[in-house]
Amino acid sequence: MAELSKEKFQIIGCDNFNADAIVRPNMTYWQDAWRRLKKNKVAIFSLILLSAIIIMCVIGPWIGKLISGVDYTHQNIAITNQKPNSQYIFGTDNLGRDMFGRLWIGGRVSIAIGICGTLIEVTIGTLYGGISGYFGGLVDDIMMRIVEVLNSIPYMIIVILFAVVFDNQGIGSLLLALCITGWTGMARLIRGQVMQLKESEYVLAAQALGSDPKRIITKHLIPNTIGIIIIYMTFDIPGFIFSEAFLSFIGLGIQPPDTSWGAMCSFGQSVIDFYPHELFFPALAISLTMLSFNLLGDGLRDALDPKLRQ
Amino acid sequence: MAKLLEVKDLKVSFHTYAGEVQSVRGVSFDLEKGETLAIVGESGCGKTITSKSIMRLIATPPGEIKKGSQIFFEGKDVLKMSDKELRDLRGEDISMIFQDPMTSLNPTMKIGNQIAESLIIHRGMNKKEALKEAVKMLKVVNIPNAEKRSKQYPHEFSGGMRQRAMIAIALACNPKILIADEPTTALDVTIQAQIMDLIKELQNKLDTAVILITHDLGVVASVASRIQVMYAGMIIERGTTEEIFYNPKHPYTWALLQSVPRLDTKHKNQLYSIKGTPPDLLKPPVGCPFASRCEYCMQICRDEMPEITKISDTHSVQCWLQHPLAPKVEVPQAIGGAK
Amino acid sequence: MVRYISKRLGYMVLTLWVIVTITFFLMNSMPGNPITSQVKQLPAQVKENLMAEYGLDKPVSERYVMYVKNLLKGNMGDSFVTPGISANKYIHDRFPNSARIGLQAVFVGLAIGLTLGIIAGFKRNTGVDYFVIFIAILGVSIPSFVVAALLQKGLGGKAGLPIAGWYSQGDGFLNTIKFTILPTMALSFSSIATYARYMKTSVLDVISQDYIITAQAKGVSKVSIAWKHIIRNAILPIVTILGPQIASIITGSFVIERIFAIPGLGNAMIDSISAKDYNMIMGFTIFYSFLYIVSLLVVDILYTLIDPRIRLSGSKK
Repeated sequence: MAELSKEKFQIIGCDNFNADAIVRPNMTYWQDAWRRLKKNKVAIFSLILLSAIIIMCVIGPWIGKLISGVDYTHQNIAITNQKPNSQYIFGTDNLGRDMFGRLWIGGRVSIAIGICGTLIEVTIGTLYGGISGYFGGLVDDIMMRIVEVLNSIPYMIIVILFAVVFDNQGIGSLLLALCITGWTGMARLIRGQVMQLKESEYVLAAQALGSDPKRIITKHLIPNTIGIIIIYMTFDIPGFIFSEAFLSFIGLGIQPPDTSWGAMCSFGQSVIDFYPHELFFPALAISLTMLSFNLLGDGLRDALDPKLRQ
Repeated sequence: MAKLLEVKDLKVSFHTYAGEVQSVRGVSFDLEKGETLAIVGESGCGKTITSKSIMRLIATPPGEIKKGSQIFFEGKDVLKMSDKELRDLRGEDISMIFQDPMTSLNPTMKIGNQIAESLIIHRGMNKKEALKEAVKMLKVVNIPNAEKRSKQYPHEFSGGMRQRAMIAIALACNPKILIADEPTTALDVTIQAQIMDLIKELQNKLDTAVILITHDLGVVASVASRIQVMYAGMIIERGTTEEIFYNPKHPYTWALLQSVPRLDTKHKNQLYSIKGTPPDLLKPPVGCPFASRCEYCMQICRDEMPEITKISDTHSVQCWLQHPLAPKVEVPQAIGGAK
Repeated sequence: MVRYISKRLGYMVLTLWVIVTITFFLMNSMPGNPITSQVKQLPAQVKENLMAEYGLDKPVSERYVMYVKNLLKGNMGDSFVTPGISANKYIHDRFPNSARIGLQAVFVGLAIGLTLGIIAGFKRNTGVDYFVIFIAILGVSIPSFVVAALLQKGLGGKAGLPIAGWYSQGDGFLNTIKFTILPTMALSFSSIATYARYMKTSVLDVISQDYIITAQAKGVSKVSIAWKHIIRNAILPIVTILGPQIASIITGSFVIERIFAIPGLGNAMIDSISAKDYNMIMGFTIFYSFLYIVSLLVVDILYTLIDPRIRLSGSKK
């Protein structure tokens, strides 16, 4: 053992410099979430795939024109139902139109419905749930009873009902039908968050420290709820896309000459034995899109929920 | 004759996303039949991990009981036991009760059944016999209406009763060692005393050795015969209860004793609290782990780990203040030092 | 407990009434009332009968009252496109077929889905887990009609499985099964995925609970822990998603019946929509809603019965 010199035995007292040093890198909630999302290869892949699909929906028809030489609306009876070839890389449909270009035009509609529907639903739901949760008491009671009744109504049935009523009146009314009862989930979620935060201990602590309500809302309420809203939205969008496809399948969705992936699938299914490519491409498009949203949603949920922190 | 329990140089680490956290860094101690040993320390010092390791209840990823660690129960090597031997050990030879009785009880299983489960596994009883015995156990832990209660579910019990039920489950097969991990922390103060009295009473009746884990020195005084103080994964002082309370040697022990609020404090001071926080065990300090919070810290404390000094057969401490070259330090006035 | 059930029954009735009202006024209050405009195309005698029976020349509010009265008698009215055939008859003839496929799909979904979820929960991050995740993801991403179309194309006509169609009365039991196999597979696909997903989450959640460590500390064997402690607790929350699953089975059946040409109620629904047979649409809508609400009630009661925490406190958390 080495000689221990007396100098080393002088009392020098606490060193509080290092005491509170934090060894792990400090991160904000969002930084931590992004770090975890980045690690999730599947989620990142989905994000890239989705971006690619959306970009294609925007520039796809134009690219289609470059490749095939014709516009997606151009009908050519001579070449109906052709299998994919070098000119029409996704083949042609029953009116001789270029399926490639048409697929992306349909995509615009499907994805637009998905995103708009979700935004509408989130808006209504947030407002409704926020008001209900904030006021509590009788207001909350009544509002939640209404939600409970609406929830017991099978979603699709009501959608079909309204779609029948709004028959053929365009995308706007289709959206309306899709959003009529779907917002209840979001409303419940937001209400739960608001109520939880109203009574939570850190709001109490913030109030005890003299923090004013506006600050409480912006610093505490919103960051917590935004995460949940984002996750919910990511899962909702494929739901809308699916609902629209379903409606198209039973004849209530987008009407020609407009098209959507759902409408294309519906038609493709009827000729699957003869021209499978007419079902294959739109089905693949829907599936990949819904898949990506779901995987991304899963990844976001893992990243944004601190309770799952490992 | 082999001691009841021997723990030698136990090292336990956890592999996290940030690296390896060394939760337990070389802990050694023994336990004799029928005695009560208290392990005292702050949250995060490694006392729970130590006790869970004795029964190998640590999930092994991400945890790891490092090579060189040894745990012997009645001479048998626990770390080398097969799954079956381990299951025989648990519940029958060694039992454990946990801090939060609400979450530690199966919410969809009747209390009677939860007690009976132990008996069926270890004593080979059939269901009927085991349930009868379970009712007897509930009486032993002073739960009134035992017959009716045994058919109820955990959420129908109060906090104190749930902890009693947990004790009943743990003692059903008359184990040789009972590990009580912060048994009263989640309970009201009035119930705390009852539970500690119950543990003491049962220990005497059944001649069970008890390892009591707590951060509250107040709870320890009347129950334990020996105390070990843990800090940052190491035992920094150990001794009999008298020695620790009346002749503590480590500055951390002094700090713990001073933290106990007393009714006869003469000065109108603030409550004593130790400044700073325990070190992050991701990168444990090379020297004494308490150095950064110690009033009496010396340069040597930061540079090197203190040697272990034996003060008596039963009392030892790991602190540089014990070295002949160190200045003499008075025990603080507040805990019985010279006026 | 009884209070709870009666409260739920009350809600059920209220919701049904709301649906009937919404449905009725929607169908009848459109500009150029489709109900009465349909009737205009029929032969005079038939028109008169219908007018009398349904009070079609009277104002909407009176018709509403008549409609509700009829409903309470169990009469859902005739088709105005093909008068003489009532919605009741359709339901009576066709619903059993839909129910058969639906129930089969529910059972298959539960059996396979729960099992997969349990395995994935226990064997996390292994090959089995990834496989289950894969299936689960496919199930929620691929629309049911695509699954049906693929199954039909892939397996139809092979191994004795018919491409489409239904059995006739008097067919042997084994014969009838082969007609239901593909439709059941298609309909249960998304259920399997959903149950697997939720069950896995539930299992993982329960595994991390303190009482599992207590069980280990007692020396309970792995198998016992798995069954008595983990699975029993993990299954409870699954009951809460049974309700919405039933809704998706109902709507899924429309599409499946269409593709496989099954004479079920869903197919009839689609026909009514195409033919704009508003009275039938109303009738079917109300029937399906009734079915759904009753299922929700049953599931609710089931949940309160099997979770001791709720059964004994008598109220829902």
